[in-house]
Amino acid sequence: MSQYLLLRHRDTPGLEKLDVYRKNGGFEALRKAVTGITPADLIQLVKDSGLRGRGGAGFPTGLKWSFCPTNIWPHYVVANADESEPGTFKDREIMEGNPFQFLEGLMIASYAVQANHAYIYLRGEFWRIARALDEKIAELEQAGLLGDKLFGTDYSLRLHTHLGAGAYICGEESALLESIEGKLGQPRLRPPFPAVVGLFAKPTVINNVETLTNLPPIVEHGSAWHREFGTEKSPGVKIFSLSGCINRPGNYELPLGTPYRELIFKLGGGIPGGRQIKAIMSAGASSALIKADDRALDTPMDYESVPTLGAQLGSASIIVIDDSVNIAWLTRKTVHFFEHESCGKCTPCREGTYWMGHIVDRIVASQADENDVDLLYAVARQMQNRCLCALGEFSTEAVVSGIDKFRPDYLELVQTMKEAA
Amino acid sequence: MNELLARYPDEIARILAQYPPDQKRAAVMPLLHLAQRDNDYISAQSMQDIAEICGISPTEVDSIIGFYTLFYDKPRGRYHIQVCTDLPCALRGADQFLADLCERTGLKVGEPSSDGLFVIDEVKCIAACDRAPVFQVQTGDDIAFHENQTVETALAVLDELRKKTSRGKEAQL
Repeated sequence: MSQYLLLRHRDTPGLEKLDVYRKNGGFEALRKAVTGITPADLIQLVKDSGLRGRGGAGFPTGLKWSFCPTNIWPHYVVANADESEPGTFKDREIMEGNPFQFLEGLMIASYAVQANHAYIYLRGEFWRIARALDEKIAELEQAGLLGDKLFGTDYSLRLHTHLGAGAYICGEESALLESIEGKLGQPRLRPPFPAVVGLFAKPTVINNVETLTNLPPIVEHGSAWHREFGTEKSPGVKIFSLSGCINRPGNYELPLGTPYRELIFKLGGGIPGGRQIKAIMSAGASSALIKADDRALDTPMDYESVPTLGAQLGSASIIVIDDSVNIAWLTRKTVHFFEHESCGKCTPCREGTYWMGHIVDRIVASQADENDVDLLYAVARQMQNRCLCALGEFSTEAVVSGIDKFRPDYLELVQTMKEAA
Repeated sequence: MNELLARYPDEIARILAQYPPDQKRAAVMPLLHLAQRDNDYISAQSMQDIAEICGISPTEVDSIIGFYTLFYDKPRGRYHIQVCTDLPCALRGADQFLADLCERTGLKVGEPSSDGLFVIDEVKCIAACDRAPVFQVQTGDDIAFHENQTVETALAVLDELRKKTSRGKEAQL
């Protein structure tokens, strides 16, 4: 049996082909669900499994499904394959290596909320993956695993891919819905939440690719089995995308609750060039910086423990930063990312990212003084809790935590200007 | 006369069938991808055509093009080389890679080569952080990732694209 639950293609060659996937038990979970489990029981099963959304927020998946009202139809399911967070590259590996498990999961979710149409929203750069998925969807229809009257029941389902075109914000679920509807990818005011007023104003469930890929084994083995992995509050396995200053970057599938030290030093092979680890970003560019001391390195990577370090697990995109990196330089990178990706709808984010960009540019160019460091901090603090969606909040995380925890890095650059003067 | 519809009637029907009949606007991005595949960029005529198919104004179509970075309303280099310089890639030398690539090719970021074949740009994270330095090559009908690059391997990729283009031209003659 594969040692993986999600990245099974790594020890099962050819798993991206339908016949190989079926030989390895593929679509038995879907058959079991559609022919033998009522939608209500399926939602309960996923609730009991404790599965939490793998896109970043960690919201309980079964609970999310249960919010769909049963008196408004049709329902839609959308797979969020917009994977765009700097440092995240897990959904891409799933869709390239183990695409049918993802599609089977999407079909299980669709059955659970009785959706007859589901959309896969892929970032525009995943052009080739979208074309490959289109072929696989056609194969499933030919094989009678997708389409009308699945497994002889009354349940029918169609899957469609929808390609974005280069906008990070479309990973935010309400912006994603706007984008499918053919509008600018700008977040909606909530409530109402998508579970009630979603795609085409109908009840909609939006789940991340990795979340959906977890579903076939949960249906196959049951909720108690799923809880054998991970921690009580964060059950299951997670794919950790490891990047930055690290000897062996890549995706690692591990039980939630694995400590940072094991991922970074044992599996990732530690820091190149004999350098020391300085900081960790746990949720990609959206992270608060974690000072990589012993306490942090021994902290379990799960939804409940990472917040004790003043950060979030997010999508588990672990960026490792070594002691050659100046944190002000790093902040400049993240701020400009968010400045570029701000959708422009709300003022705090649009203006805030713009001005943070200007100030941090001056600091990094050693054309600023210590007051500018405080100004940068003040702008970031004024944005917090005032943005329409999480993007604006995220843009402040590295700035505020960077100045709180690594102020000397900023002062070093400011000092350089003083000396030059 | 709707030129796009006249050229791709079946494909456009397939695209529209993906969405509820009263939600034609949802087809706007797939149609923009189609128009760009057809012509490398989206012309004013295509904007008109798409607006007509979706039942929205050309201005609304134009605003979509402006919002999404992969859509272009004017011709660019035939091969759009986009180097990721976001944080994880930068920690693995992407900024230096971009500078070296520009120096070796004599190109400036954002300025097409004199033969109109290439333009080198920076791009935001493309989900390949573990294999940096990395760039994608966007053409009208494809986006190809090139990972674990050095300047030498990148120059070889550009060379191959140049050869492919001249072979294509000979085939046309």
